[in-house]
Amino acid sequence: MALKTWKELPIGCVVSEPGSAGEYHTGSWRSQRPVWDDAKCIKCGICYVFCPEGCVQQGEDGFFKANLDYCKGCGICSHECWPRAIKMVEEG
Amino acid sequence: MNIVENFDLFAPRLINKQELLSSGHRACSGCAEVLAVRLMCKALGENTVIASATGCMEIVSSMFPTTAWQVPWIHVAFENAASVASGIEAGLKALRKKGRIDDRYIKVVGMGGDGATMDIGFQALSGAMERGHDMIFVCFDNEAYMNTGIQRSSGTPMGASTTTAPAGKVSMGQKTWKKNMPEIMVAHEIPYVATVCPSYPLDFIRKIEKAKSIKGPSYIHCFSMCPTGWRSPSHTAVSIGRLAVETGVFPLFEVEHGHYRLSPDMPKKLKPIKDYFKPQGRFRHLTPDEIEVIQERVTVEFRKLAEKAKFLKTGNE
Repeated sequence: MALKTWKELPIGCVVSEPGSAGEYHTGSWRSQRPVWDDAKCIKCGICYVFCPEGCVQQGEDGFFKANLDYCKGCGICSHECWPRAIKMVEEG
Repeated sequence: MNIVENFDLFAPRLINKQELLSSGHRACSGCAEVLAVRLMCKALGENTVIASATGCMEIVSSMFPTTAWQVPWIHVAFENAASVASGIEAGLKALRKKGRIDDRYIKVVGMGGDGATMDIGFQALSGAMERGHDMIFVCFDNEAYMNTGIQRSSGTPMGASTTTAPAGKVSMGQKTWKKNMPEIMVAHEIPYVATVCPSYPLDFIRKIEKAKSIKGPSYIHCFSMCPTGWRSPSHTAVSIGRLAVETGVFPLFEVEHGHYRLSPDMPKKLKPIKDYFKPQGRFRHLTPDEIEVIQERVTVEFRKLAEKAKFLKTGNE
Protein backbone atom coordinates (compact mmCIF):
# COMPACT_ATOMS: atom_id res chain seq x y z
CA MET A 1 0.00 0.00 0.00
CA ALA A 2 1.22 3.49 -0.84
CA LEU A 3 1.67 5.70 2.20
CA LYS A 4 0.30 9.24 2.17
CA THR A 5 2.57 12.24 2.62
CA TRP A 6 1.89 14.77 5.36
CA LYS A 7 0.15 17.11 2.93
CA GLU A 8 -2.37 14.45 1.92
CA LEU A 9 -3.22 13.25 5.42
CA PRO A 10 -6.74 14.05 6.67
CA ILE A 11 -7.08 16.29 9.72
CA GLY A 12 -6.84 14.26 12.92
CA CYS A 13 -5.48 11.29 10.94
CA VAL A 14 -9.01 9.96 10.52
CA VAL A 15 -9.15 6.65 8.66
CA SER A 16 -12.24 6.84 6.47
CA GLU A 17 -12.07 3.42 4.87
CA PRO A 18 -13.62 0.72 7.11
CA GLY A 19 -11.84 -2.61 7.40
CA SER A 20 -8.78 -1.47 5.48
CA ALA A 21 -6.53 -3.59 7.72
CA GLY A 22 -7.27 -6.38 5.26
CA GLU A 23 -4.59 -4.87 3.00
CA TYR A 24 -1.99 -6.08 5.47
CA HIS A 25 -1.47 -9.82 5.24
CA THR A 26 -0.60 -11.29 8.63
CA GLY A 27 -0.10 -14.74 7.11
CA SER A 28 3.65 -14.11 6.93
CA TRP A 29 3.84 -14.37 10.75
CA ARG A 30 2.88 -18.03 10.61
CA SER A 31 5.26 -20.87 11.55
CA GLN A 32 2.68 -23.65 11.23
CA ARG A 33 -0.54 -23.93 9.26
CA PRO A 34 -3.81 -25.77 9.90
CA VAL A 35 -4.75 -28.60 7.55
CA TRP A 36 -8.33 -29.93 7.58
CA ASP A 37 -9.11 -33.63 7.21
CA ASP A 38 -12.55 -33.45 5.58
CA ALA A 39 -13.20 -37.16 6.25
CA LYS A 40 -13.22 -36.48 10.02
CA CYS A 41 -14.92 -33.05 9.86
CA ILE A 42 -18.52 -32.96 11.19
CA LYS A 43 -19.05 -29.33 9.99
CA CYS A 44 -19.84 -28.06 13.51
CA GLY A 45 -18.17 -24.68 13.03
CA ILE A 46 -16.13 -24.62 16.26
CA CYS A 47 -13.00 -23.65 14.29
CA TYR A 48 -14.90 -20.77 12.72
CA VAL A 49 -16.12 -19.44 16.07
CA PHE A 50 -12.83 -19.69 17.94
CA CYS A 51 -10.54 -18.22 15.23
CA PRO A 52 -9.23 -14.90 16.62
CA GLU A 53 -8.44 -13.70 13.08
CA GLY A 54 -11.86 -14.52 11.70
CA CYS A 55 -10.10 -16.14 8.76
CA VAL A 56 -11.79 -19.56 8.89
CA GLN A 57 -14.70 -19.57 6.43
CA GLN A 58 -17.22 -22.16 5.34
CA GLY A 59 -16.96 -23.16 1.70
CA GLU A 60 -19.84 -24.02 -0.62
CA ASP A 61 -19.44 -27.74 0.16
CA GLY A 62 -19.96 -27.03 3.89
CA PHE A 63 -16.39 -27.76 4.92
CA PHE A 64 -14.26 -25.14 6.61
CA LYS A 65 -11.03 -23.63 5.32
CA ALA A 66 -8.61 -21.00 6.60
CA ASN A 67 -7.64 -17.98 4.54
CA LEU A 68 -3.87 -18.39 4.67
CA ASP A 69 -3.33 -14.72 3.80
CA TYR A 70 -4.35 -13.91 7.39
CA CYS A 71 -3.92 -17.13 9.44
CA LYS A 72 -1.24 -16.56 12.11
CA GLY A 73 -0.94 -20.27 12.93
CA CYS A 74 -1.94 -20.00 16.60
CA GLY A 75 -3.35 -23.55 16.63
CA ILE A 76 -6.56 -22.75 18.54
CA CYS A 77 -8.74 -24.37 15.82
CA SER A 78 -6.69 -27.57 15.94
CA HIS A 79 -6.71 -27.66 19.76
CA GLU A 80 -10.47 -27.02 20.05
CA CYS A 81 -11.65 -29.24 17.18
CA TRP A 82 -14.01 -31.91 18.64
CA PRO A 83 -13.33 -34.74 16.20
CA ARG A 84 -9.63 -33.73 15.88
CA ALA A 85 -9.96 -33.11 12.16
CA ILE A 86 -7.43 -30.25 12.07
CA LYS A 87 -3.69 -30.90 12.12
CA MET A 88 -0.99 -28.25 12.48
CA VAL A 89 1.75 -28.70 9.87
CA GLU A 90 5.13 -26.94 10.01
CA GLU A 91 5.63 -24.30 7.32
CA GLY A 92 8.53 -24.41 4.92
CA MET B 1 -25.17 -36.82 13.49
CA ASN B 2 -28.48 -35.20 14.41
CA ILE B 3 -28.21 -31.42 14.53
CA VAL B 4 -31.21 -30.94 16.86
CA GLU B 5 -29.88 -33.42 19.43
CA ASN B 6 -26.43 -31.83 19.42
CA PHE B 7 -27.62 -28.26 19.45
CA ASP B 8 -24.72 -26.96 21.55
CA LEU B 9 -22.25 -28.55 19.19
CA PHE B 10 -23.74 -27.15 16.00
CA ALA B 11 -25.04 -23.84 17.35
CA PRO B 12 -21.86 -21.98 16.30
CA ARG B 13 -23.17 -22.13 12.75
CA LEU B 14 -26.23 -20.09 13.75
CA ILE B 15 -24.35 -17.01 14.94
CA ASN B 16 -24.05 -13.82 12.91
CA LYS B 17 -21.77 -14.44 9.91
CA GLN B 18 -20.92 -10.79 9.40
CA GLU B 19 -17.39 -9.86 10.49
CA LEU B 20 -17.26 -6.32 11.89
CA LEU B 21 -13.60 -6.62 12.90
CA SER B 22 -11.76 -7.43 9.69
CA SER B 23 -8.84 -9.82 9.36
CA GLY B 24 -5.40 -8.29 9.11
CA HIS B 25 -5.35 -6.78 12.60
CA ARG B 26 -1.97 -7.07 14.32
CA ALA B 27 -2.90 -8.99 17.49
CA CYS B 28 -0.44 -11.62 18.72
CA SER B 29 -1.16 -15.09 17.41
CA GLY B 30 -3.63 -16.84 19.71
CA CYS B 31 -4.97 -13.66 21.35
CA ALA B 32 -8.22 -14.37 23.18
CA GLU B 33 -8.94 -10.67 23.66
CA VAL B 34 -9.28 -10.03 19.94
CA LEU B 35 -11.47 -13.13 19.75
CA ALA B 36 -13.66 -11.59 22.43
CA VAL B 37 -13.85 -8.30 20.51
CA ARG B 38 -14.76 -10.17 17.34
CA LEU B 39 -17.58 -12.03 19.12
CA MET B 40 -18.73 -8.78 20.75
CA CYS B 41 -19.01 -7.08 17.35
CA LYS B 42 -20.95 -10.04 16.00
CA ALA B 43 -23.42 -9.73 18.88
CA LEU B 44 -23.74 -5.94 18.64
CA GLY B 45 -24.30 -5.72 14.90
CA GLU B 46 -23.90 -2.72 12.61
CA ASN B 47 -25.79 -0.02 14.50
CA THR B 48 -23.04 0.55 17.02
CA VAL B 49 -20.54 3.27 17.90
CA ILE B 50 -17.48 2.19 19.86
CA ALA B 51 -15.24 4.38 22.02
CA SER B 52 -12.06 2.54 22.88
CA ALA B 53 -9.48 3.38 25.52
CA THR B 54 -5.77 3.00 24.85
CA GLY B 55 -4.54 -0.56 25.12
CA CYS B 56 -3.86 -3.67 23.10
CA MET B 57 -7.14 -3.50 21.18
CA GLU B 58 -6.47 0.06 20.07
CA ILE B 59 -2.90 -0.66 18.97
CA VAL B 60 -3.61 -3.85 17.06
CA SER B 61 -6.77 -2.72 15.30
CA SER B 62 -5.93 0.79 14.18
CA MET B 63 -2.37 0.79 12.91
CA PHE B 64 -2.29 3.94 10.78
CA PRO B 65 -3.19 4.23 7.83
CA THR B 66 -5.42 1.17 8.18
CA THR B 67 -8.20 0.19 10.53
CA ALA B 68 -9.73 -3.20 11.21
CA TRP B 69 -13.07 -1.74 12.33
CA GLN B 70 -16.17 -1.82 10.15
CA VAL B 71 -18.21 0.22 12.66
CA PRO B 72 -17.66 3.86 13.75
CA TRP B 73 -14.83 3.73 16.26
CA ILE B 74 -12.97 6.40 18.19
CA HIS B 75 -9.75 6.06 20.10
CA VAL B 76 -9.54 8.10 23.29
CA ALA B 77 -7.12 8.33 26.17
CA PHE B 78 -6.88 5.79 28.95
CA GLU B 79 -8.90 7.74 31.48
CA ASN B 80 -11.95 8.91 29.53
CA ALA B 81 -13.33 6.06 27.41
CA ALA B 82 -16.53 5.95 29.45
CA SER B 83 -16.92 9.75 29.38
CA VAL B 84 -16.52 9.84 25.59
CA ALA B 85 -19.03 7.00 25.20
CA SER B 86 -21.55 8.91 27.33
CA GLY B 87 -20.85 12.05 25.28
CA ILE B 88 -21.50 10.18 22.04
CA GLU B 89 -24.77 8.89 23.46
CA ALA B 90 -25.89 12.42 24.40
CA GLY B 91 -24.70 13.76 21.04
CA LEU B 92 -26.64 11.16 19.06
CA LYS B 93 -29.74 11.99 21.07
CA ALA B 94 -29.38 15.68 20.24
CA LEU B 95 -28.76 15.01 16.53
CA ARG B 96 -31.77 12.73 16.38
CA LYS B 97 -33.97 15.38 18.01
CA LYS B 98 -32.82 17.98 15.46
CA GLY B 99 -33.43 15.53 12.62
CA ARG B 100 -29.84 15.52 11.40
CA ILE B 101 -29.63 11.71 11.47
CA ASP B 102 -32.32 9.19 10.65
CA ASP B 103 -34.32 7.83 13.53
CA ARG B 104 -32.80 4.45 14.30
CA TYR B 105 -31.54 2.99 17.52
CA ILE B 106 -27.75 3.14 17.86
CA LYS B 107 -25.98 1.47 20.76
CA VAL B 108 -22.96 3.21 22.20
CA VAL B 109 -20.24 0.97 23.57
CA GLY B 110 -17.21 1.93 25.63
CA MET B 111 -14.40 -0.57 25.83
CA GLY B 112 -11.09 -0.78 27.63
CA GLY B 113 -8.64 -3.18 29.13
CA ASP B 114 -8.33 -3.90 32.82
CA GLY B 115 -5.99 -0.94 33.33
CA ALA B 116 -8.36 1.43 31.54
CA THR B 117 -11.31 0.14 33.57
CA MET B 118 -10.06 -0.68 37.05
CA ASP B 119 -7.19 1.77 37.49
CA ILE B 120 -7.00 4.77 35.21
CA GLY B 121 -10.49 5.09 33.79
CA PHE B 122 -12.29 4.09 36.96
CA GLN B 123 -13.74 7.44 38.01
CA ALA B 124 -14.94 8.26 34.48
CA LEU B 125 -16.64 4.88 34.30
CA SER B 126 -18.20 5.31 37.73
CA GLY B 127 -19.53 8.73 36.69
CA ALA B 128 -20.96 7.49 33.39
CA MET B 129 -22.71 4.60 35.12
CA GLU B 130 -24.10 6.85 37.83
CA ARG B 131 -25.52 9.34 35.25
CA GLY B 132 -27.45 6.48 33.69
CA HIS B 133 -26.44 6.87 30.05
CA ASP B 134 -27.81 4.33 27.60
CA MET B 135 -24.50 2.57 26.94
CA ILE B 136 -22.56 -0.63 27.46
CA PHE B 137 -19.08 -0.65 28.94
CA VAL B 138 -17.05 -3.76 28.21
CA CYS B 139 -13.86 -4.44 30.15
CA PHE B 140 -11.46 -6.85 28.47
CA ASP B 141 -9.58 -8.14 31.47
CA ASN B 142 -6.24 -9.76 30.68
CA GLU B 143 -5.00 -9.16 34.21
CA ALA B 144 -2.04 -6.81 33.56
CA TYR B 145 -0.90 -3.95 31.30
CA MET B 146 -0.02 -6.31 28.43
CA ASN B 147 0.39 -3.65 25.76
CA THR B 148 3.31 -1.90 27.46
CA GLY B 149 5.06 -5.06 28.66
CA ILE B 150 3.14 -6.96 31.35
CA GLN B 151 3.13 -4.48 34.24
CA ARG B 152 0.87 -5.25 37.19
CA SER B 153 -2.57 -3.65 37.42
CA SER B 154 -5.23 -3.90 40.09
CA GLY B 155 -6.69 -6.72 38.01
CA THR B 156 -3.62 -8.93 38.43
CA PRO B 157 -4.43 -11.93 40.62
CA MET B 158 -2.49 -12.91 43.74
CA GLY B 159 0.68 -14.85 42.98
CA ALA B 160 1.05 -13.89 39.31
CA SER B 161 4.53 -12.90 38.19
CA THR B 162 4.66 -9.68 36.14
CA THR B 163 7.55 -7.44 35.10
CA THR B 164 6.85 -4.95 37.90
CA ALA B 165 5.89 -7.62 40.45
CA PRO B 166 8.42 -10.31 39.57
CA ALA B 167 8.62 -13.58 41.46
CA GLY B 168 11.95 -14.49 43.06
CA LYS B 169 13.60 -15.37 46.34
CA VAL B 170 11.89 -12.60 48.29
CA SER B 171 8.56 -12.16 46.54
CA MET B 172 5.89 -14.53 45.25
CA GLY B 173 4.89 -12.05 42.54
CA GLN B 174 1.70 -10.02 42.92
CA LYS B 175 0.92 -9.68 46.62
CA THR B 176 -2.58 -8.22 46.50
CA TRP B 177 -5.91 -9.73 45.56
CA LYS B 178 -7.67 -8.92 42.32
CA LYS B 179 -10.10 -6.02 42.51
CA ASN B 180 -13.65 -7.36 42.28
CA MET B 181 -14.83 -5.06 39.50
CA PRO B 182 -18.22 -6.70 38.69
CA GLU B 183 -19.27 -6.32 42.36
CA ILE B 184 -18.27 -2.63 42.32
CA MET B 185 -20.48 -2.18 39.28
CA VAL B 186 -23.33 -4.04 40.99
CA ALA B 187 -22.96 -1.54 43.84
CA HIS B 188 -23.72 1.25 41.31
CA GLU B 189 -27.16 -0.37 41.00
CA ILE B 190 -27.14 -0.30 37.22
CA PRO B 191 -29.68 -2.45 35.31
CA TYR B 192 -27.30 -5.11 34.03
CA VAL B 193 -23.88 -6.48 35.02
CA ALA B 194 -22.47 -9.69 33.58
CA THR B 195 -19.20 -11.60 33.40
CA VAL B 196 -18.33 -13.35 30.14
CA CYS B 197 -15.53 -15.47 28.73
CA PRO B 198 -14.89 -16.03 24.99
CA SER B 199 -14.36 -19.75 25.69
CA TYR B 200 -18.17 -19.90 26.04
CA PRO B 201 -19.17 -18.09 22.82
CA LEU B 202 -22.92 -18.72 22.99
CA ASP B 203 -23.16 -17.49 26.59
CA PHE B 204 -20.97 -14.52 25.55
CA ILE B 205 -23.21 -13.52 22.63
CA ARG B 206 -26.41 -13.99 24.63
CA LYS B 207 -25.18 -11.69 27.42
CA ILE B 208 -24.01 -8.96 25.01
CA GLU B 209 -27.35 -9.13 23.18
CA LYS B 210 -29.15 -8.80 26.50
CA ALA B 211 -27.03 -5.78 27.46
CA LYS B 212 -27.83 -4.31 24.03
CA SER B 213 -31.57 -4.73 24.57
CA ILE B 214 -31.50 -2.92 27.93
CA LYS B 215 -32.15 0.84 27.87
CA GLY B 216 -29.68 2.15 30.40
CA PRO B 217 -26.12 1.55 31.50
CA SER B 218 -24.78 -1.97 31.54
CA TYR B 219 -21.37 -3.35 32.36
CA ILE B 220 -19.80 -6.50 30.92
CA HIS B 221 -16.61 -7.92 32.41
CA CYS B 222 -14.81 -10.12 29.89
CA PHE B 223 -12.07 -12.52 30.88
CA SER B 224 -9.56 -12.58 28.02
CA MET B 225 -6.51 -14.76 28.17
CA CYS B 226 -3.18 -13.38 26.92
CA PRO B 227 -0.67 -16.02 25.71
CA THR B 228 2.22 -13.52 25.74
CA GLY B 229 1.71 -12.17 29.24
CA TRP B 230 0.54 -15.36 30.88
CA ARG B 231 3.50 -17.31 29.49
CA SER B 232 1.61 -20.11 27.84
CA PRO B 233 1.47 -21.51 24.28
CA SER B 234 -0.80 -19.71 21.80
CA HIS B 235 -3.13 -22.67 21.21
CA THR B 236 -4.17 -22.78 24.91
CA ALA B 237 -6.00 -19.42 24.90
CA VAL B 238 -9.50 -20.89 24.75
CA SER B 239 -8.84 -23.88 27.02
CA ILE B 240 -7.32 -21.73 29.81
CA GLY B 241 -10.42 -19.52 29.75
CA ARG B 242 -12.50 -22.64 30.17
CA LEU B 243 -10.32 -23.79 33.09
CA ALA B 244 -10.69 -20.38 34.78
CA VAL B 245 -14.46 -20.84 34.74
CA GLU B 246 -14.36 -24.50 35.78
CA THR B 247 -12.04 -23.84 38.75
CA GLY B 248 -14.12 -20.89 39.95
CA VAL B 249 -11.37 -18.29 39.47
CA PHE B 250 -13.65 -16.42 37.11
CA PRO B 251 -17.29 -17.43 37.71
CA LEU B 252 -19.79 -16.59 34.97
CA PHE B 253 -22.84 -14.80 36.30
CA GLU B 254 -25.22 -11.98 35.51
CA VAL B 255 -26.93 -9.45 37.74
CA GLU B 256 -30.18 -7.95 36.52
CA HIS B 257 -31.51 -5.14 38.73
CA GLY B 258 -29.73 -6.64 41.74
CA HIS B 259 -30.87 -10.20 41.06
CA TYR B 260 -28.02 -12.65 40.66
CA ARG B 261 -27.94 -15.64 38.36
CA LEU B 262 -25.10 -18.08 37.77
CA SER B 263 -24.67 -19.14 34.14
CA PRO B 264 -25.77 -22.65 33.19
CA ASP B 265 -22.17 -23.25 32.02
CA MET B 266 -20.91 -23.17 35.62
CA PRO B 267 -20.04 -26.70 36.83
CA LYS B 268 -21.73 -28.12 39.95
CA LYS B 269 -18.38 -29.05 41.50
CA LEU B 270 -15.33 -26.85 41.01
CA LYS B 271 -12.01 -28.25 39.82
CA PRO B 272 -8.90 -27.73 42.00
CA ILE B 273 -7.17 -24.43 41.21
CA LYS B 274 -3.85 -26.07 40.37
CA ASP B 275 -5.38 -27.32 37.12
CA TYR B 276 -5.72 -23.66 36.13
CA PHE B 277 -2.21 -22.71 37.31
CA LYS B 278 -0.45 -25.59 35.58
CA PRO B 279 -0.50 -24.39 31.94
CA GLN B 280 0.56 -20.84 32.85
CA GLY B 281 4.17 -19.72 33.28
CA ARG B 282 3.24 -16.72 35.43
CA PHE B 283 2.18 -19.08 38.27
CA ARG B 284 5.01 -21.60 37.86
CA HIS B 285 6.92 -20.45 40.99
CA LEU B 286 4.02 -20.96 43.44
CA THR B 287 4.59 -23.44 46.28
CA PRO B 288 1.79 -25.82 47.42
CA ASP B 289 1.25 -23.68 50.55
CA GLU B 290 0.71 -20.53 48.49
CA ILE B 291 -1.64 -22.39 46.16
CA GLU B 292 -3.58 -23.56 49.23
CA VAL B 293 -4.07 -19.94 50.38
CA ILE B 294 -5.33 -18.90 46.94
CA GLN B 295 -7.57 -21.97 46.71
CA GLU B 296 -9.18 -21.09 50.03
CA ARG B 297 -9.94 -17.54 48.92
CA VAL B 298 -11.36 -18.70 45.56
CA THR B 299 -13.61 -21.23 47.29
CA VAL B 300 -14.89 -18.63 49.76
CA GLU B 301 -15.53 -16.07 47.00
CA PHE B 302 -17.39 -18.62 44.91
CA ARG B 303 -19.49 -19.70 47.87
CA LYS B 304 -20.39 -16.07 48.56
CA LEU B 305 -21.52 -15.71 44.96
CA ALA B 306 -23.50 -18.96 45.07
CA GLU B 307 -25.28 -17.75 48.23
CA LYS B 308 -26.12 -14.44 46.55
CA ALA B 309 -27.47 -16.33 43.55
CA LYS B 310 -29.59 -18.41 45.91
CA PHE B 311 -31.12 -15.53 47.87
CA LEU B 312 -31.23 -12.84 45.19
CA LYS B 313 -32.75 -14.87 42.38
CA THR B 314 -33.70 -13.36 39.03
CA GLY B 315 -37.45 -13.01 38.66
CA ASN B 316 -38.13 -13.62 42.36
CA GLU B 317 -39.12 -10.13 43.44
